[in-house]
Amino acid sequence: MSRLDRRIMGIETEYGLTCVGTDGTRKLTPDDAARYLFRDVVARARSSNVFLTNGSRLYLDVGSHPEYATCECDDVADLIAHERAGDAILMRMLSTAEAQMREEGIDGTLYLFKNNTDSAGNSYGCHENYLVTRSGDFAETARHLVPFLITRQLIVGAGKVAQTQQGVRYSVSQRADHMWDGVSSATTRSRPIINTRDEPHADAEQYRRLHVIVGDSSMSQTTLLLKVASTDALLRLLEDRRPMRDFTLENPVRAIREIALDPTGHVKVRLANGQTATPLEIQWSYYTAVAAHADETGTNTGLTARALDLWRRTLVAIEADRPADVAREIDWIMKRELLERTMTRHGVGLDHPRIAQLDLAYHDIRPDRGVFRTMEARGLVDTVVDADAIDRAQMVPPQTTRAKLRGDFIAAAMRTGTEHTVDWTQLKISDHGNRSVVIKDPFAAVDARVDRLIATME
Amino acid sequence: MREQSEKQSASQQRDEHVVDVAAASAIQTNELDALLDEIDGVLEVNAEEFVRSYVQKGGQ
Repeated sequence: MSRLDRRIMGIETEYGLTCVGTDGTRKLTPDDAARYLFRDVVARARSSNVFLTNGSRLYLDVGSHPEYATCECDDVADLIAHERAGDAILMRMLSTAEAQMREEGIDGTLYLFKNNTDSAGNSYGCHENYLVTRSGDFAETARHLVPFLITRQLIVGAGKVAQTQQGVRYSVSQRADHMWDGVSSATTRSRPIINTRDEPHADAEQYRRLHVIVGDSSMSQTTLLLKVASTDALLRLLEDRRPMRDFTLENPVRAIREIALDPTGHVKVRLANGQTATPLEIQWSYYTAVAAHADETGTNTGLTARALDLWRRTLVAIEADRPADVAREIDWIMKRELLERTMTRHGVGLDHPRIAQLDLAYHDIRPDRGVFRTMEARGLVDTVVDADAIDRAQMVPPQTTRAKLRGDFIAAAMRTGTEHTVDWTQLKISDHGNRSVVIKDPFAAVDARVDRLIATME
Repeated sequence: MREQSEKQSASQQRDEHVVDVAAASAIQTNELDALLDEIDGVLEVNAEEFVRSYVQKGGQ
């Protein structure tokens, strides 16, 4: 792969949704709860799959999960703001749905969780997309990415109380138990770490999409920053074809589970070459190579520098058993701190329902109820973007990518009441002429064809 | 000589940093307790039922 000066990135978040009565029992099935949540959207758009004026996509996915896919971002701060804008947009839908439920006499409260597992062991994902160039050897890139992604949970996992054969344990990852393959094209039947479904939503001769489906959803903005910026920086190194130590794992699926259940990072996993390595050793090796490359190429600046610094400090904190050093920044560490303190307070064990409830409530995205969101409001955790940036991202696309063209088109169509259909690459006015523009370049923020299309609506 | 003073100031900075971190986590202890009080008031009463009833269809 040759190196991109800018990289398009996006995040798809599947949310968990439930409707609970005052007695704690479930009041609506997931299907019915999702219908209420999307009723207003469907009434306005006659579809539960819409693109918004901020360029992003909102839809009801497989299994009645509300899903929000951010528009194309070429900047990590934009990406974080747009990811959080998704939470805010869904919260507004939740309020509307609850009002409608009350009008119809349904005694229930809706909860939206940004996590990746329910109580029965079903999983739903948080997918990261990174645009990479098509030239070069994708298999070679994947070979170096998989060990990174498998060990990355130690620094960017969201943590959960896991039922294991050895009893109830704290796992650093929500998702580790639900991955069944290294690299493949499936998504639900056999979930791989990297999905090879090749939908670049761009000129397919020039670009491909790296679709990572192994990650946990992040509540913490700083954890999200580390997750995305470290992967982006590693891709830059691989695009420059720098030599990397080969950590190909003998059994990626077994390794991901072993690593999840050892928060110390010291568990030895077997490599394909017969040697063993700990996730801390593997992460240190990637960190050292990526940081050196970033220094060398002058890219260790801004948020990349902040992310690389957090990467290093997190590895030190885990290695030295000083989790408090990053307790404001890393999801699984701040959640474990909360759970442990609650256990001490109430004299209960990790297997107590109260702990399971807190584990879930951490991911509740309602600002006045969700545990993480309450911590954020009280200033107990670090942030990357402010509330104004998140507010703005609900309406306004990034101004430097194709999302701007899509957002401007949708805003004009809504303003003028023009029937339209939109997808990632196409903007279309749905009239007899079916005038449309296809934009294959995801970096294009200016296009005279789109200007002309918008002019015909005014 | 200059090198030495740079070393000194670097180690001083480290010490200050250590003190800061200790102070910050001490503050956090009290704040975390206040947070847990607030959370205890907000969470559903029936924790066991709430957790057990949280069942989704699997997604991607």
